[in-house]
Amino acid sequence: MSGGVLIVGEVVDGGLHPTVRQLVNASERIGNEASLCLAVDSTFDDSVLEGIGVGNVILLEHTDTAADGSGGVYSLLTELACEAVKRLEPSSVLIAKTDAGSVISARIAARFDAGLASDCIDLALNADGKVAVTRPVHGGSALAVYEFAGDGLQVVSVRPGSFEPAPVSGGLPEIERLDMSDVSVEGEVPVLVETVSEEGEGIPLEQADVVVSGGRGLGGPEPFDNLRELCGLLNAALGASRAACDAGWIDHSHQVGLTGKSISPTTYITFGISGASQHMAGCSSARNIVAIDKDREANIFSHARYGVVGDWAKVLPAFTAAVAELD
Amino acid sequence: MLKIAVCAKQVPDTDIPPSQFKVDEGALRVIPPAGVPPIVNGFDMNAVEAALRLRDAGVECEIVIFSVGTEFALDVMKKPLAIGADRLVLVDDEASESLDALGTARVLAAAIERDGGADLVLAGRQASDWDQAHVPIMLSEIMSAPLVTLVRNLAMNGGGESFEVERVAEGGFQRIECPIPAVMTVTNELGEARYANLRGIMAATRKQPETMTIADLGIGDVANNGKLEMTRLFVPISESNVEFIEGEDEADSGRLLALRLREAKLI
Ligand SMILES: Cc1cc2nc3c(=O)[nH]c(=O)nc-3n(C[C@H](O)[C@H](O)[C@H](O)COP(=O)(O)OP(=O)(O)OC[C@H]3O[C@@H](n4cnc5c(N)ncnc54)[C@H](O)[C@@H]3O)c2cc1C
Ligand SMILES: Nc1ncnc2c1ncn2[C@@H]1O[C@H](COP(=O)(O)O)[C@@H](O)[C@H]1O
Repeated sequence: MSGGVLIVGEVVDGGLHPTVRQLVNASERIGNEASLCLAVDSTFDDSVLEGIGVGNVILLEHTDTAADGSGGVYSLLTELACEAVKRLEPSSVLIAKTDAGSVISARIAARFDAGLASDCIDLALNADGKVAVTRPVHGGSALAVYEFAGDGLQVVSVRPGSFEPAPVSGGLPEIERLDMSDVSVEGEVPVLVETVSEEGEGIPLEQADVVVSGGRGLGGPEPFDNLRELCGLLNAALGASRAACDAGWIDHSHQVGLTGKSISPTTYITFGISGASQHMAGCSSARNIVAIDKDREANIFSHARYGVVGDWAKVLPAFTAAVAELD
Repeated sequence: MLKIAVCAKQVPDTDIPPSQFKVDEGALRVIPPAGVPPIVNGFDMNAVEAALRLRDAGVECEIVIFSVGTEFALDVMKKPLAIGADRLVLVDDEASESLDALGTARVLAAAIERDGGADLVLAGRQASDWDQAHVPIMLSEIMSAPLVTLVRNLAMNGGGESFEVERVAEGGFQRIECPIPAVMTVTNELGEARYANLRGIMAATRKQPETMTIADLGIGDVANNGKLEMTRLFVPISESNVEFIEGEDEADSGRLLALRLREAKLI
């Protein structure tokens, strides 16, 4: 390739991570020829690449990729991505800002002395062919636009969910398998002992059409039982602010926000959440925000479609009772 | 004795109301609200707490705080000392304003090296000013040390030859055995930093930070390497179009809200 955009995609259980198609879409903003590289083992089934919409795909084959992918240390994935950058000499690397992508992108940038813009929500190409990015900063309180300068490699990580997935197009792309079995991680590496799944209760936040969340204003763990009851009636997922999670009222797996889950339900109903920018960062793509808070000046109301100013302890029981009576 | 370096950054207070957050669009700078002192980045205090818990668990260790910045608020930066960290090393330099993440990582690496190195470098998962989450990862690359991100629990194994780590992962957590030396980033799931007691505060008042400039570190010109240039900084406008539902009392408002949401087909 030499020049052009290289997408570094993530593979999960033999399938493409949802961000891969989002990256394909994002890549169209900064070039018309993107290549996609994926770290896979020999069991990888090409057919998942059907309609991926990039001209060519490079499969970086190594037997240990799956273990590393779930290993959380991403050392091998980093080495494979760096090897791909070395061989293909792209002008830009696009990667998703997932846990793995955060690590891999920063290590690529350090290794190649490249510019790095992370967690970008928009991309463009300047008149002089340089990439410009928009990224939220200060917890989402502000947006910053950056332009790459100089001729070096441009590494961009993209916030998951900020681009729609590219539409399915074309059949199977051109696929090149590169034998990477001689790539290894030098020095000592952390070893994954086990992965423990700790799924939160109820419907997964990312999939729910309605989400009900509670914050510090609830004052303790008990009111979350009232929210659970409401969730049951609405077929909703249960969310929370970081303040509520940090207080130990509810597990962190329910946290919505910049450092929690990103959600995009049709309806997001909050009780006692002030709407700090870091919280809004995780729910700004909710289509309708409904807020119940006793402070009329709370920031959540400047994002909300519907609001009730009042004490949750009075509003919630009546709301729940009325919901129960709806047919 | 285990030497622990904790990287801590001074950042603007994140707990101000969003309406008080202002930027100077011409100068491309954030304007800190008058009279609100900066804080030690929240996740970095979680990192200090992680170090202190190792000590509580019986690991003999020296805990040294490293910070790169300028116009330090000393009483703020001494907070880690007040809860039990041993020393504070400040790289105080105006040029730090124009360091990018890689530059910052190089300066931190050099400062830690000059201090005799470290067996464990702890950092926050990200700094709440520019939300990058780059510096510790690059630090691990520069130091060629293993990296574990998003640590929520940290202990030393029985023989003291490796760390037993739990890190937050999608849908659960991972148990990892990590060799020494290592770089780790700490997340708030680990738990909040303890409060300082009076004795701690007094002890911290008496301690003086060791200060240096970037030039003292002899790593050449790391500032302003200009790979990325900020061209705009602005506060996005969110147009409020909230419809307040007001009934006879709060309970009535709750009832009317349910009816309104059903009418709009939102529930
Ligand atoms: C780097 C960084 C990352 C962060 N990431 C996240 C994140 O991912 N998610 C997140 O949520 N936060 C995050 N935060 C924290 C965020 O800044 C806020 O501190 C947090 O969201 C506040 O939670 P809250 O709204 O529940 O609490 P508060 O801001 O304290 O708001 C409580 C609200 O409850 C209302 N209230 C009180 N009593 C009642 C009552 N009886 N009835 C009705 N209303 C009542 C109050 O009026 C207030 O509006 C992050 C912070 C930083 C610095
Ligand atoms: N200037 C700095 N001085 C000390 N530590 C820093 C500095 N910048 C970043 N760090 C550390 O690196 C972490 C991640 O920062 P960042 O990459 O800027 O998001 C922070 O939580 C700190 O632990």
